[in-house]
Amino acid sequence: MSARTADVVVIGGGIVGAACAEAFSAEGSSVELIEERGIGGGASGAGMGHVTVMDDSEAQFALTRLSVALWEELAASLPAEVEYSRCGALWVAADDEEMAEVARKQRFYLSRGVRAEALDARQVAEAEPNLRPGLAGGLLVPGDRVLYAPCAAAWLVNRAMGRGARVHLGVRATANDAGVVTLSDGGRIEARHVVDATGAASGGLVRPRKGYLAITDRYPGFVRHQLIELGYSKSAHGHDDESVAFNVQPRVTGQVLIGSSRQYGVDDSLVGAHLLSRMLRRARLYMPRIATLHVLRAWTGFRAATPDGLPLIGPSPRNAQVLLATGHEGLGITASLGTARLLADWVAGRTPPIPMEPYLPNRFPAEVPS
Amino acid sequence: MKDSLACEIVVVGAGPAGLAAACTAAGRTRSVAIVDGNTAPGGQIWRGEVRMPGIDRARISQVRLLSDTLVVDCPGDHSLLAVQGDRAVEIRYEKLILATGARERFLPFPGWTLPTVVGTGGLQAIVKGGMRIAGKRVVIAGSGPLLLAVAAYLCRQGARIAMIAEQAPRSAVFRFARTVARSPRKLLQSISLMQSLTGTPYRTGCWPIEAVEGAVTLSRGGKTWSEPCDYLACGFGLVPNTELAALLGCVLQDGFVAVDTCQQTTQPGVFCAGEPTGIGGVEPAIVEGRIAGYCATGRMDEAARLFPERDRGNRFRRALEEAFRLRPELAGLTGPDTIVCRCEDVTFARIAKHGNWRAIKLQTRCGMGPCQGRVCGPAVEFLLGIPPDSVRPPIFPVPVGLLSEDL
Amino acid sequence: MIEILVNGKPVRVAFGTTVAAAILMAGEVVFRRSVRGEARGPLCGIGICFECCVTIDGLPNQRSCQVPCRDGAEVVTAC
Repeated sequence: MSARTADVVVIGGGIVGAACAEAFSAEGSSVELIEERGIGGGASGAGMGHVTVMDDSEAQFALTRLSVALWEELAASLPAEVEYSRCGALWVAADDEEMAEVARKQRFYLSRGVRAEALDARQVAEAEPNLRPGLAGGLLVPGDRVLYAPCAAAWLVNRAMGRGARVHLGVRATANDAGVVTLSDGGRIEARHVVDATGAASGGLVRPRKGYLAITDRYPGFVRHQLIELGYSKSAHGHDDESVAFNVQPRVTGQVLIGSSRQYGVDDSLVGAHLLSRMLRRARLYMPRIATLHVLRAWTGFRAATPDGLPLIGPSPRNAQVLLATGHEGLGITASLGTARLLADWVAGRTPPIPMEPYLPNRFPAEVPS
Repeated sequence: MKDSLACEIVVVGAGPAGLAAACTAAGRTRSVAIVDGNTAPGGQIWRGEVRMPGIDRARISQVRLLSDTLVVDCPGDHSLLAVQGDRAVEIRYEKLILATGARERFLPFPGWTLPTVVGTGGLQAIVKGGMRIAGKRVVIAGSGPLLLAVAAYLCRQGARIAMIAEQAPRSAVFRFARTVARSPRKLLQSISLMQSLTGTPYRTGCWPIEAVEGAVTLSRGGKTWSEPCDYLACGFGLVPNTELAALLGCVLQDGFVAVDTCQQTTQPGVFCAGEPTGIGGVEPAIVEGRIAGYCATGRMDEAARLFPERDRGNRFRRALEEAFRLRPELAGLTGPDTIVCRCEDVTFARIAKHGNWRAIKLQTRCGMGPCQGRVCGPAVEFLLGIPPDSVRPPIFPVPVGLLSEDL
Repeated sequence: MIEILVNGKPVRVAFGTTVAAAILMAGEVVFRRSVRGEARGPLCGIGICFECCVTIDGLPNQRSCQVPCRDGAEVVTAC
């Protein structure tokens, strides 16, 4: 079969691949998107859907702030099923030590123009009456948002299709030789650029990091903000084989999403009773009354983790024709739009809105996916 | 800490198949437990009745019965997690017999979500739960022998049955009646059924096309008319409860749990009996339950003596399926704006855009509500030919508190 | 006989009566409101469809067809 040609082939129809397809189609490029399972069916569908500015490093802050701004630009056009909600995030401090972290975090955000309010014990109790009494306080980041990622990804893909992008569902890319991508259905596409947005399946330095989530029936008002314990960062960036952290999120449906857990070295998607109960116990520790809420479903997914906690965005050191857009760990929903913008700028030869160097795959000379 | 229980044989479900399995196994080992979600044994069919024909009642006393206990997960090898009231119970077994029964199939048509449209078995269950139906005008519609059984029951409770509308064609129902008539016991049952229904119109080839407050529009032979009623009781046959089997990794075939001649599933040591292996009512369920009970306790010879009876049961199941096969026209009742997923209010138009169950769930939330797809799943399968996919724990909604206890 | 309150109104029912039956006998039709606000009532009667969910003694989302009436119980339906 003779190969078709496209400017860009995007492999992976999660939110990152969807955002890349959307961004390249907006450039006027011809785009073909390849997704084996379903749009938003991998980590995008398994995750919580944070759209959040994070402060773990300057590079992470820059990418997430850019991305949140890009989401805000789209906000008015997002359809209702994307459930884009400006619920804000409340970082919960259990003790004085964590209150010191509240002060540090607040300084970080304020000095960079991000609103953040320190709350004392009484204010936290007023903001979230179902939190346990006796917490030290917290940090409210009113600008944080959540969305429903499978519908957001589908919306981005539909936008790209409206500009002529083609979508191949239910097929895999089996090979990529000298710019010709072979599909499992026998199709071949000759591409100028191939975007690898396969998340935890990227391989190389990207390791799958399993996470659990549970969702409850509808209890409107039970939780008002996205709630995260300040110990979350320890869980997210520690390298323990297994960790849990309190993180619950109100959905616009009134349902409560309960997380979170992180687990290395596990590749089956089994919902293990042990880790699930450990994660739910953590939630009860912070919100005792959550014990009466009914869990409808628990599931697992795989984050794409990198050694330094930053994504891989840019040409692969092994094959410059392949552009990596992977390794977003728990921030893929947020960072999808920023990632797509950086890649589109790079291909167009434009100066990106933020420096791209911290995310370039060549910071790891060997072993990155190609 | 949660409670725990260990038994050699654990049976899930205290309907005819489960009781038969447990009583049979109890003849060999005293370490038999039945775990059942209802308050009293008997399943949906014998709910609250004293008479349980075909069950060796003397043996029930040898079986440990855990009522009001719902199995929600299988957290490890040979172990189940169940919820009993406000307690979690871990149940360990050597052999497991699944007798999880069936539920009604509901098909979406305009008005089917009105509060006065109830399942046929659903209305019966609510009346058995103490609701007074006397003097109420009821139309019963859908398909299968359950329509008659429910009509007879509601009649005895004083309801006025305005009409029974059976979607199957007259010829198929008559052919089925002749099959049934070959078994004297079944003939007797149907005669007594029909006697209590004297004067009630039974219309074949007839189905509901729209429900409104106080009436239902029925269709038959190209004619439609409005039939006033206080309640429309509606059910289109039964679908098996296979969630636990699927969670345990048992292979399903055409929606039913695959079993070998010993009623063993593809998971060694896990047996299955009754409606989950084929819809056929009490008698096939009891035979399969007994075979499973014998095989789970290593008595293959005794089991083998029941094989001819099981063959008869399977012939009955096939005849039932053949006679009450749902006509394709019923799929046309669902309009683009008709709600298919009642938990999440997802319309047919939104669902029909997607080609597989995973995309349907992710993009529309159909099947993601508290019923976990038990109502919309079979409807989507009938309407679009898309079978439900994976089952996720917990298989019933459970309080966070009970899922978070120490193991 | 035992007595329960359905939306504040006393209803006397026989022992063993389910909350769903008691609600219907109290003359209520709407058990819950669906996501887009439609009136809903019991469908399956056996605890799987969650259409008959009401608030019982302050606990929301309780399947009324599966809960026997307890003397003095307070049941609140959607209106």
